[in-house]
Amino acid sequence: MRMYNAKQIIPGLIIFLGFVTLPFWYNLGRATPAPDPKIDTPVIQKMAKKQCVLPKAEMRTGHMQLLNDWRTEVVRNGKRIYVATDGIKYNMSLQNECMRCHSNKTQFCDQCHNYAGLYHETEPYCWTCHIAPKENK
Amino acid sequence: MESNRRSFLKISGICALGLGALPVVDVLATSGQPQFLPNQKALVGKKWAMVVDMKKCWEKGKEGCKECLLACHRVHNVPDIGNIKEEIKWIWTEPYADAFPGQENEYNAANIKGRPFIVLCNHCTNPPCVRVCPTKATFKREDGIVMMDMHRCIGCRFCMAGCPYGSRSFNFRDPAPYIKEDELNKDYPRRERGVVEKCTFCTERLAEGKIPACVEACKCGALCFGDLEDPNSAVRKLLASHYTIQRKPELGTGPNVYYIV
Repeated sequence: MRMYNAKQIIPGLIIFLGFVTLPFWYNLGRATPAPDPKIDTPVIQKMAKKQCVLPKAEMRTGHMQLLNDWRTEVVRNGKRIYVATDGIKYNMSLQNECMRCHSNKTQFCDQCHNYAGLYHETEPYCWTCHIAPKENK
Repeated sequence: MESNRRSFLKISGICALGLGALPVVDVLATSGQPQFLPNQKALVGKKWAMVVDMKKCWEKGKEGCKECLLACHRVHNVPDIGNIKEEIKWIWTEPYADAFPGQENEYNAANIKGRPFIVLCNHCTNPPCVRVCPTKATFKREDGIVMMDMHRCIGCRFCMAGCPYGSRSFNFRDPAPYIKEDELNKDYPRRERGVVEKCTFCTERLAEGKIPACVEACKCGALCFGDLEDPNSAVRKLLASHYTIQRKPELGTGPNVYYIV
């Protein structure tokens, strides 16, 4: 089989591949540090058993679902108490309950959200309305 | 397999037993799951309503008293934009002719002229705002409160066109800079640009067993909050002993805020 115009096509393909993979070359050796959400807030440090409403793994993957369920129950069904599987009762509120312990929004929420490209105050847009606790930066 | 009456009855019996066991299985399946419960202290009602005694407000209250308005707006982080076109209001005052159009006459106008009438969302029995909302962001709760789910509001403003009382305000701009930092209630959210807001009869306070902020703030007892379905409630007693009017009852919305004039 014979290739016509190979002199133009092959360099063209190489240049094209180079352009397409440019983002990889551009970021080579400049890895963004992995997120490291901190839970060393005063309230959490005082807790004898450091336990969130669900186990850590479930919270990590499913907190958005949990928050959405909380919103539905509180706003639409008027139920405001969450009874966890261990029987502990929580007041379902992002602003008043989650942030009571996790009072370090920039170190806790934003760490992962920024890493995942969910930029500060655009996605997820919790904080356009909900008021984040004051932090000493 | 040959089928006869006996085997048919046996199989039916087993099926019936199985169905009977379903609720038991359901209970067992949910026992290990987290539960959602209402607050024990919450005030519960079947049809929340308010009676506004304007006589008390004018006679006992100081001239230009705005305690109820300020209390509400402070508790709910309602911004003061300072521009009548973009004003955000949950509870405010209107002159008689605007609050009760068609009910004024030239002679009664004299004693109520220039007098402010306290107006707020009427939490209608048949709310037009709920009917027109395309996302069900505004909805009627079982206790009669017309509630807003800000998360679902897309800012189409159909509800504002639907509401005949002007009870709804649109956030034309981000309200955050218009709420004073020292007056910010950190227990309650703000709103964002592009959503509609209104009075919610303080659902968040009712859930904690508190009466609405405006009722609590009024020192002359001009505002009365209670359950219309409860014959012993304070609102029912006021309604039974006074002649009351509603705003635009002819529209068929069934407003649940009553006025003693």
